[in-house]
Amino acid sequence: MIEAKNVSKRYGETLVVDGVTLRLPVGGITSIIGPNGAGKSTLLSMMSRVMPMSSGNVLVDGLDVTTTPGDTLAKRLAILRQDNHLTARLTVRELVAFGRYPHTQGRPTAQDREHVERAIEHMGLSALADRFLDEMSGGQRQRAFVAMVLCQDTDHVLLDEPLNGLDLKHAVSMMKRLRHAADTLGKSFVLVLHDLNFASCYSDHIVAMRDGKVAFQGRPEDIMRSDVLRAIYELDISVQQIDGDWIATHYR
Amino acid sequence: MSASAPSVSPLRPLLGLGCVAVAFMALFMLVDVSGPWDFVLPFRGKKVATALLVGYAVAVSTVLFQTVTGNRVLTPAIMGFDYLYVLIQTCLVFFLGSTTVAGLDPRVLFGAEVIIMVAFSAMLHGWLFGMARGNVHLLLLTGVVMGVLFRSLSSFVQRVIEPNEFIFLQDRFFASFNDPEHELLLLSAALTLGVSVLGLRLLRACDVLVLGREAAINLGVDYPRTVSWVLALVAILVAVSTALVGPVTFLGLLVANLAYAVMRTYKHAFVIPAAALIAAIALVAGQLILERVFRLDTNPRVIIEFVGGAVFIAMLMRKATR
Repeated sequence: MIEAKNVSKRYGETLVVDGVTLRLPVGGITSIIGPNGAGKSTLLSMMSRVMPMSSGNVLVDGLDVTTTPGDTLAKRLAILRQDNHLTARLTVRELVAFGRYPHTQGRPTAQDREHVERAIEHMGLSALADRFLDEMSGGQRQRAFVAMVLCQDTDHVLLDEPLNGLDLKHAVSMMKRLRHAADTLGKSFVLVLHDLNFASCYSDHIVAMRDGKVAFQGRPEDIMRSDVLRAIYELDISVQQIDGDWIATHYR
Repeated sequence: MSASAPSVSPLRPLLGLGCVAVAFMALFMLVDVSGPWDFVLPFRGKKVATALLVGYAVAVSTVLFQTVTGNRVLTPAIMGFDYLYVLIQTCLVFFLGSTTVAGLDPRVLFGAEVIIMVAFSAMLHGWLFGMARGNVHLLLLTGVVMGVLFRSLSSFVQRVIEPNEFIFLQDRFFASFNDPEHELLLLSAALTLGVSVLGLRLLRACDVLVLGREAAINLGVDYPRTVSWVLALVAILVAVSTALVGPVTFLGLLVANLAYAVMRTYKHAFVIPAAALIAAIALVAGQLILERVFRLDTNPRVIIEFVGGAVFIAMLMRKATR
């Protein structure tokens, strides 16, 4: 379980994340939504110890992320940030194999290679496994990075805007794959999402942030309501139930 | 650029490079001997040893530095490392006088200089990690400013120094491959060996650093610790190469990028030996051509720096147009 206690991030005078206390459910998909600058990505980065917090603490399965050794945490929690810049030329398989590093310290066994192949297959990249990342489209690259994080085989997987740069088909297939991984492998996913309807259709739990604070949280049907969405986005959004899903129509 | 994976084992190009390096070394040792062998061989052997050591130090320090900074256009020189060494030497001569400096035990002197350089890198790095939270760009910017400072300070001191002392200094910095001090060479070799043994343990963590800071932290690498270790090793290696032959700015850039191109892998276990071999080839072959073909007894550094500088500009232009 991931637990944030009074977590804040301050840049000079501005509070980006303002005393967030949050207990994320175990298993399933939790989505963090909210307008730009709400502090979603910052919170995710602090929960995964990639960014130090100004105050407060975060526990992952009871381990404090600021004091627990990095290699211990790397076996429990994986994070993928938005921009992933590489200096070296890597193939998809080489990149995904990095996901085994916490378990092998760079000396993979046959079992690890199996893990790698499974992650590649899971993200639908088998045909591209030997391609260099800089010769692929942004969406394919994004899938390769997600495959690396899945290959890390942690209980908690944190993804910052995993749908960034994906077209409709691949966005849907990404969400389906994450849903599948959550249901069959028992992993807990925490996603920062911008698309309300993807959050609504695929999440078990939604956390809505605004001005550095958690404004609302609950099941999709609790969040996908005109009054709640207006408070989050300052926008009149009507919500319709279509085929059992709550869909926001915010285009006009 | 081919789209297929590097199916050839990286060992093969490495072996090829090794053969070329050995061939050049043999050629250098054996060609055109016109004197007693027991004089020529040790005399030339010392030159080859210097070239190997300098090549290794420059190549390894550059590759590690580029990994840590995530940038393949940079060399440790940009952090002001080599000019710090020049500044230390200049200040020594200025304050103590050339006779005192020349009288000092070179091992003690060199040891002290290495310690100062590592302390500098640790200080710069520790201070910046506190301030900039591991922001490598800020680290580099500070390095550039420091480099200019060291360079200007040393040239200022060199200007006000007595002419005789200046000549003594110049002699030190432009110590070529022709007359390396025997003891310095041994000490450098020992130091480089020590650094390499320490560095072996960081090799796999360095592979992960290629993914960038956040991904490295995610994969459980102790990022600040690894980076400070790597920077300390880089400082020692730069001290070794600068002590032996003076600042060599572009050789590292040249050999590191050639090594990436030849090896086509991110793995340091392959890239580092390749870069070191390429550097050895460049230095030995350069010296050979200069001595035997052009009959000029100058320093091959000049030519390597010229070629390296041209490559540097080409790389910058390519990045700019991309």
